[in-house]
Amino acid sequence: MTPASPRHTPPVTCTHCALPVPAGLVQHGADTQFCCNACATAYALIHSCGLDAYYRLRDSANISPSPAKTTGKKFTDFDDPTFTKLYTKPLAQYRTARLMLENLHCAACVWLIEKLPTILPGVIESRIDFRRGTVDLTWDPTATHLSRIAQALDSLGYPPHPSKDGQAQSLRTAEDRRFMQRLAIAGACAGNVMLLAFGLYAGAFDTMQHAFEQLFRWLSLIIGLISLLGPGMLFFRNAWAAIRTRTPHLDLPISIALFTGGVFGTINVVRGQGEIYFDALTVLVFLLLVGRFIQQRQQRWAVDAIELLFSLTPTSARRIKAGQSTEVPIASLIRGDLVEVLAGDSIPADGVVIAGSSHIDQSLLSGESRPVPIHQGDPVPAGAVNTSATLTVRVETTGENTRVGRLMKAIADAASRKPPLVRFADRISGIFVWAMLGLSAFTFVLWTILSDIPTALSHASALLIVTCPCALGLATPLVFTIAIGRAARHGVLIKGGDALQDLVNKDRKGRLFLDKTGTITHARMSVVSYHGPDYLKPLIAAAERHSNHPIAKALVAAFADSPEPDLERLVVHQVTGGGLEVTAFEINREPLHLRIGSPAFVGEGLHQPLQGADFDASLTPVLVSVNGEHAATIGLGDAIRADSADSIRTLRSQGWDVQILSGDDPAVVRSVGRTLGLPDHACHGGLAPEDKLAIVRASTLETTTIMVGDGVNDAAALSATTVGIAVAGGAEASLAAADMYLQRPSLSLLVDLTHAARRTIRTIHWCLCTSVFYNAIAGACAIAGVIHPIIAAFIMPVSSLTVLTIAYRRSTFPIRLPAATPAHAPVSTRRAPCDLASNHATVPLPA
Amino acid sequence: MSVLFIVLPLALIIAGVGVWACMASARRGQFDDLDTPPLRILTDDAE
Repeated sequence: MTPASPRHTPPVTCTHCALPVPAGLVQHGADTQFCCNACATAYALIHSCGLDAYYRLRDSANISPSPAKTTGKKFTDFDDPTFTKLYTKPLAQYRTARLMLENLHCAACVWLIEKLPTILPGVIESRIDFRRGTVDLTWDPTATHLSRIAQALDSLGYPPHPSKDGQAQSLRTAEDRRFMQRLAIAGACAGNVMLLAFGLYAGAFDTMQHAFEQLFRWLSLIIGLISLLGPGMLFFRNAWAAIRTRTPHLDLPISIALFTGGVFGTINVVRGQGEIYFDALTVLVFLLLVGRFIQQRQQRWAVDAIELLFSLTPTSARRIKAGQSTEVPIASLIRGDLVEVLAGDSIPADGVVIAGSSHIDQSLLSGESRPVPIHQGDPVPAGAVNTSATLTVRVETTGENTRVGRLMKAIADAASRKPPLVRFADRISGIFVWAMLGLSAFTFVLWTILSDIPTALSHASALLIVTCPCALGLATPLVFTIAIGRAARHGVLIKGGDALQDLVNKDRKGRLFLDKTGTITHARMSVVSYHGPDYLKPLIAAAERHSNHPIAKALVAAFADSPEPDLERLVVHQVTGGGLEVTAFEINREPLHLRIGSPAFVGEGLHQPLQGADFDASLTPVLVSVNGEHAATIGLGDAIRADSADSIRTLRSQGWDVQILSGDDPAVVRSVGRTLGLPDHACHGGLAPEDKLAIVRASTLETTTIMVGDGVNDAAALSATTVGIAVAGGAEASLAAADMYLQRPSLSLLVDLTHAARRTIRTIHWCLCTSVFYNAIAGACAIAGVIHPIIAAFIMPVSSLTVLTIAYRRSTFPIRLPAATPAHAPVSTRRAPCDLASNHATVPLPA
Repeated sequence: MSVLFIVLPLALIIAGVGVWACMASARRGQFDDLDTPPLRILTDDAE
């Protein structure tokens, strides 16, 4: 027997997802190889329907591979009458429903899912909306059920979720369509009036027959009024709302310009002489609407992404009745119900464990990264994830009364109490309105003295129109939108551009709170220290490969590089709540008996009791004994990200007062802070979510406060800050409260973001300077009374064009970053476990 | 040149038909999703 070390052969890759297949699962001589059962199921389904073209498409799409993430749920709740009523609609003899899908990343996914009718008879049509990550399904209820379709989608690796606020979404779609219609009218009006205007301007140089001139002017009036009273009404309505609420709004000066232009244009057409402003006005309406539209689409997109993430929170639970477990919608659970929680699922309601023991990950609630052991009789909170074995839980409280539900309410409260951001453009528009009105009053008075009242009126209104804040209305949203779009390509989702200006930290007094777990650290167990002989490492890795426990995964990851042991056979017995008992049969040697696990578990198998056992308090210890002798001690902990220290140094040099807020033990937080060069008083540990909220709220009163964090426990604090930044890998809920969302949880991305914010604001200032320059010329001409139509016709488009060019050409976001994840791909916070680990596994090793 | 009195309104009516067509397609949701069709066209022939 000559066991080949996997280091010398090319790694075997999974037929479905193209990731390396773990050594223990390689099927020698087989045509297909799979890294997990989920991938095997997905492949079987795709292959049996003759849809192998998917793999060709996927390979050409050049995306980073990820294994099929199936949940293995039965989705029986999708057939529940309540569900049918809430989320599906009849369509002739069929039914339709819109579902949100996880893991849509490329053209191949679109193709595969739209082929659903060939996979599953009874499905009439399946259409993907890629940007929103949704699928519109039409099926024949007599031939199939929605649960069957959901199962098929799930086994292909796209777990479906009901779209939770379908009504809000259809309202938004209707609004989008209305806006599109407005754009169509405004664009057509602008184009046609411009054509007529060219004729008029040309006629101004040459002699033009009076009748033609009148025809052109009257047609301009008609089209101009259609534009102003149709699509242009949007600005008047907003302006009226601004007047009533006494808040400055950019639409106020715009409306003044549109209104005076419209009135004087109409008067001049009827009078048959004087300047008609309709060419400028219709173009203005169109350009401003375009700016508004781009901005709205961008924000809509962020909202859609957030909605999808929200839909990932559990909607169903497995209720046990008369020994049978059925999936029911979470809303139908009542106190006293028994629910079964499989490994990898979230706990649906606060309750007490009545059977089984496992570990739960409470990082949603406490920010505590270590999974907590749970036994019979222990209380478990809703929202915690069951990590290792099936639990039976008796429901105590449900819905809003659970701890996580109360926390969500606190978030909503904090968000509603957040002072409204004074929009950048609105702040300036306040000044603008007064300057405009003041100057035109001055012009009016000046020309009343110099000439007569009609001349004065005409000059004053010319001033109002030529100085319309087009640059503000168009450039500011455009610069923000371009920045937001570029940021999204780098994995930063920004809800609104206004938040960017607060990241500039102009006065260098801003305070930046960082959450520890998941932000500064990896929020993942990893091996921090190892004391023991090297020959044990490969044995530990080989044995732990059979467990799904986070600690086992960390051990495998740490020791995966060590050379493969010369093993004949490895017998692994998993003791729940303790560790592994391993018998390793090495070639030509006596078998080794290993125990790997907690000090208590390993201790009870030792010939002599453990001595001088003092472990680092911040680390989780794992011991290894060989044939009853203590052989190795491994310390696991949450390692600090490689870029954290540098990033924090840069942020501090930008003038940010960087502080750490954490729910972890104060000693641990201080030691992390010291490693990063932060003084002890800047490291706050042992904080409950409510404490964090209080600290952040107090700080917001003093200065600009930014909070970076993940998880539900930070959401309240995030929503109370000036700018809340949520980090990937955290809870979906933090997005509802936060203004920005980093898909890669790295602080260097935050540093890039502050640079980008600076550049964005600078670009806006540039645009404003340019537009003020043009307005000054045009305004001076108007005051002087020499505003020739040609000058107006030249200055207005040129000033808009210059501003647009500046907005597009200046780079607002660094381009050097690699696009790590496609920006639209939903980020799942937990991976469904592949059900490979059984309690007792004997795996023959390659001979 | 007096043909302008007929041709110009006629041109505007034709333009109006274009606008109406654009609005009708917007109402029927043709512009709702601008991201998926370009992906779909890549894969149409992969039967």
